[in-house]
Amino acid sequence: MKAGRHSGRGWAVWLPLALFAGFIALALSGLFAPAERDVQSAMIGRPLPEFALPPALGDKADEELDSAVGLSSAAFGAGQPRLLNIFASWCVPCAVEAPQLSTLAQEGIAIDGIAIRDRREDIAAFLDAHGNPYRTIGKDDVSKVQLAIGSSGVPETFVVDGAGIIRYQHIGPIMDRDIPRIISEWRKAKRPLPA
Amino acid sequence: MAQSEKAAAGMMPRSPLRLPRSLRQALSCALLLSLPGGTDVLAQQSLPPAPYAYVQLEDPMAEAQAQTLMESLRCLTCQSQSIADSDAPMAGDMRNEVRSRIAAGEDPEAIRAWLMERYGDYVSYKPVVNPSTWPLFAAPLLLILLAVLLLRRRFRKANVGSSEP
Repeated sequence: MKAGRHSGRGWAVWLPLALFAGFIALALSGLFAPAERDVQSAMIGRPLPEFALPPALGDKADEELDSAVGLSSAAFGAGQPRLLNIFASWCVPCAVEAPQLSTLAQEGIAIDGIAIRDRREDIAAFLDAHGNPYRTIGKDDVSKVQLAIGSSGVPETFVVDGAGIIRYQHIGPIMDRDIPRIISEWRKAKRPLPA
Repeated sequence: MAQSEKAAAGMMPRSPLRLPRSLRQALSCALLLSLPGGTDVLAQQSLPPAPYAYVQLEDPMAEAQAQTLMESLRCLTCQSQSIADSDAPMAGDMRNEVRSRIAAGEDPEAIRAWLMERYGDYVSYKPVVNPSTWPLFAAPLLLILLAVLLLRRRFRKANVGSSEP
């Protein structure tokens, strides 16, 4: 079908050019506004899965500590919202967010930590260097709890409300600009979710 | 880097084909990371990997099931690789999770469902039909239908045209 043969189809000659321009626009938009690569947890609004992790700190022998319970899901859901921070001593952005976590702890927010694939001496050295804002730290050597709550990296911070429901997830380091948001999500979590 | 490139070249079987530069770089990079001196870069692995991250299950049937499932699960660190392909520490932990659950007798699709419950559909490479994906499956059918209709019209016209003097 030759364009222009029928008087009504004159526009068809521009179609390939228009498609090409559309493709260029799509490619440019992809270049200048890359897609979101964060994987959000699908567990928001759902109960924290049950877990019991050995303590990350302690003076006893490793074997003895490994059989003890440091942080468990029972610590959550006791009436007050808490933050659950997933971190590791080998994680550089975790050191970046440490001062902001201390600020949150000073605001009276209870923060528990889960150290991923970490050694006790490394965790202790990390806390010595960057401060310890945590009430309790559990040690997760095979990312068991991390997988169970739908976290895909370190650092991540979850707000868990007084009924043990995961209410909010912050992906990546908490920067100064994120503090108001975290505090407001923590306050929001003081009220139970409408049933 | 040059040294390890030479080392990488030495590792490869002699072949008349020259490997593309990108492949040579990838090989030398992999070699560099596997050297003892390279472990500082990968401090995440100061802890030995999870029991079943790099170890197959004893039962070949169970391992085959695990392998099939792992090839269709997305690594959350290297997002276009499967957890079977990725060397990211988190992929290792996911393989450990999959193999442990299969060894405990769990159904592979139940494990996939468990992960999708936590990470959404994105974690699985197996396509599912749901309200947001059905157009992907419907579009080819609609296009074929459209093509059939157009062709029928055209053939009919051609027949009419040839039967006329």
